[in-house]
Amino acid sequence: MLDESYYRKTDEIIARYVRDARSLIPIMQDIQAEYRYLPGELLTYVAEQIGITEAKAYSVATFYENFSFEAKGKYIIKVCDGTACHVKKSIPVLQALNKKLGLSGKKHTTDDMLFTVETVSCLGACGLAPTMMVNEDVYPRMTPEAAEALIDQLKGGADA
Amino acid sequence: MGTITINGRQVEFTNEKNVLTIIRKAGIDIPTLCYQPELSTFGACRLCTVEDDRGRFFASCSEEPRDGMVIYTNTEKLRSYRKLIVELLLASHDRDCTTCEKSGHCPLQNVAQRLGVNTVRFENYKEPQPIDDSSYAIIRNPNKCILCGNCVRACNELQSVGALDFAFRGSEATVSPAFDKKLAATKCVSCGQCRVVCDTGALTIRSHTDKVWAAINDPNTRVVCQIAPAVRVAVGEAFGLPAGQNSLYKLVAALHAMGFNRVFDTTYTADLTIMEESAEFLGRVSRGQKLPLLTSCCPAWVKFVDNEYPEFKQNVSTCRSPQGMFSAVLKEYYRSPEHNKSNKKTFVVSIMPCTAKKMEAERPNSYTYGEKDTDAVLTTTELVQMIKQFGLDFANLPEESCDMPFGMGSGGGVIFGVTGGVTEAVLRRLVQDHNPKSLEAVAASGVRGNEGIKEITVPYNGMDVKICVASGLANARKVMDAVKSGEKEYHLIEVMACPGGCVMGGGQPTRLDHKSVVNERDEGIYRTDRKMVLKKSHENPLMDFFYQNEIFKHKIHDLLHNHE
Repeated sequence: MLDESYYRKTDEIIARYVRDARSLIPIMQDIQAEYRYLPGELLTYVAEQIGITEAKAYSVATFYENFSFEAKGKYIIKVCDGTACHVKKSIPVLQALNKKLGLSGKKHTTDDMLFTVETVSCLGACGLAPTMMVNEDVYPRMTPEAAEALIDQLKGGADA
Repeated sequence: MGTITINGRQVEFTNEKNVLTIIRKAGIDIPTLCYQPELSTFGACRLCTVEDDRGRFFASCSEEPRDGMVIYTNTEKLRSYRKLIVELLLASHDRDCTTCEKSGHCPLQNVAQRLGVNTVRFENYKEPQPIDDSSYAIIRNPNKCILCGNCVRACNELQSVGALDFAFRGSEATVSPAFDKKLAATKCVSCGQCRVVCDTGALTIRSHTDKVWAAINDPNTRVVCQIAPAVRVAVGEAFGLPAGQNSLYKLVAALHAMGFNRVFDTTYTADLTIMEESAEFLGRVSRGQKLPLLTSCCPAWVKFVDNEYPEFKQNVSTCRSPQGMFSAVLKEYYRSPEHNKSNKKTFVVSIMPCTAKKMEAERPNSYTYGEKDTDAVLTTTELVQMIKQFGLDFANLPEESCDMPFGMGSGGGVIFGVTGGVTEAVLRRLVQDHNPKSLEAVAASGVRGNEGIKEITVPYNGMDVKICVASGLANARKVMDAVKSGEKEYHLIEVMACPGGCVMGGGQPTRLDHKSVVNERDEGIYRTDRKMVLKKSHENPLMDFFYQNEIFKHKIHDLLHNHE
């Protein structure tokens, strides 16, 4: 069970929009912006509040890669695996990150909730391939070594 | 209005909503999987694609007819296109046909056969998913789903329940409840309409056939059964008899032959329901309490009220459903030493057009004196399977009548099988005179017909009794919302969850030929009623047998009503 405060916050978010099916996506985006993920309980709550079925809300939330039902880490690393990045060897970068952080294709977030690693289809920076992003910052022309060094640097920053 | 040319033949059309309908009316049954006339057009399977005179391809289900259209339905390109579609669908489908519940009446299998798809060149990379058998009524096997979306639309559009929807996308897309929950943990009402429109074995009925055979084969068990009104006009279809033909007496012969010790008719307790529910209704009207009275025969509707309108729970009739009443009465009858001289265990089988009755049988209030009333519920579909397992030539069986003392009902009991039937039977009960014209007036009052919502006002004892009859839970929701907001006031609301009533129940046999049989089954019920001498429930002589019987006399409320 989520704390009552989550539901109060969600009420606030819902109040920004029309109580209608069409408000589902903006509401989900705002909840995710607030908590860095979309708690399932809140999705159910929103569905009830705006008058759609829970299954419909789940359908929309799972259609878009952007929504996550799992809490994400402080640093969200998006490794671009679009065509350009893929041919420029983005997969070794991804593998290096996963190995360093003890993650896999199924486990995306470290236990200390510091890092989340995911792939995206295109960051729109093909000229800088292979590209990745950490939160809002773009890191161009990555190599496995550079990715590992970046993790160390971020960890150091987190400790400090 | 206009003319289109189909394969070189001119075909007139009027107001058909799409080209597919015209093609089918012209006698060409081009294959479809995702097209269901009573649901919104989805256009996903693309099997109904046709070619026009300019070489354009389009899905005929999603194309409005235009005067002068020239189309072809069976060109070489179309043939290979359709075969490829089915081959791709089969590629990620669990093709375990020989052991599949749906085999033999499976639309996907049928289409593959018709189109001559005899190899699948692609490998199935899908990881096997667990089967959801949490529901008392429906088994969901995601490995067999082809994403036609029929169940999703039936659940949302016909029933407004929305327990199922699509989830994820692309190659990961599935149909499932929210958060991949078990069906039993959702607002599923077990109506089975999803299973009626399912193109594969992804949604099937939870089968009770094995436990019924086991009971029949146990010498220490007395197996008794009751047959619901709607079963008799559907069971014959599976054996080549015309849709809507009343096969009750052949069915009785079949059940006797298969080893059922006693075969009874649920119309008997439909009559008891009318006795009890009419009394309850008049009582509530005279006291002006807990109105509107909501009918309680349909378990999917009762569950729907629980889920969606809990504030109206008190309005639901306390009467058990005809199934519930019958099973309780039978168990009590055979508990009496006089009728159980052989000291056998009694096993009550209820034969229903309905999947939700399986759920009803498990409800805590389906127990009397600590004993479960209904031991097994067989849908018409399972019954057909059992007849085939036993190996009877159903169509040529002699006719036998039901056993006594519970083997007879009135026409009022029979019409429970169609939407409006319960109301019509109640109105017959309230008719005071013996003039046949009065019954005709009741029939013409607006209770009959397949409109989703019917409103009737009838004068009774100087007041206007306002009644609403709805079938399909989406229609029921409209009615309940109007009642809730105060916009509408009724004294009685009859709801059957399945559109058209029990004749179109979720457990009835399905067809591969895209023909709707609702009119034939309705007519079968009304024809049966017309042939009956007894029209009114209270004129059934077995009512007196029940109410005056020493076994039941002091237990009437316990046996016929829910008491929570």
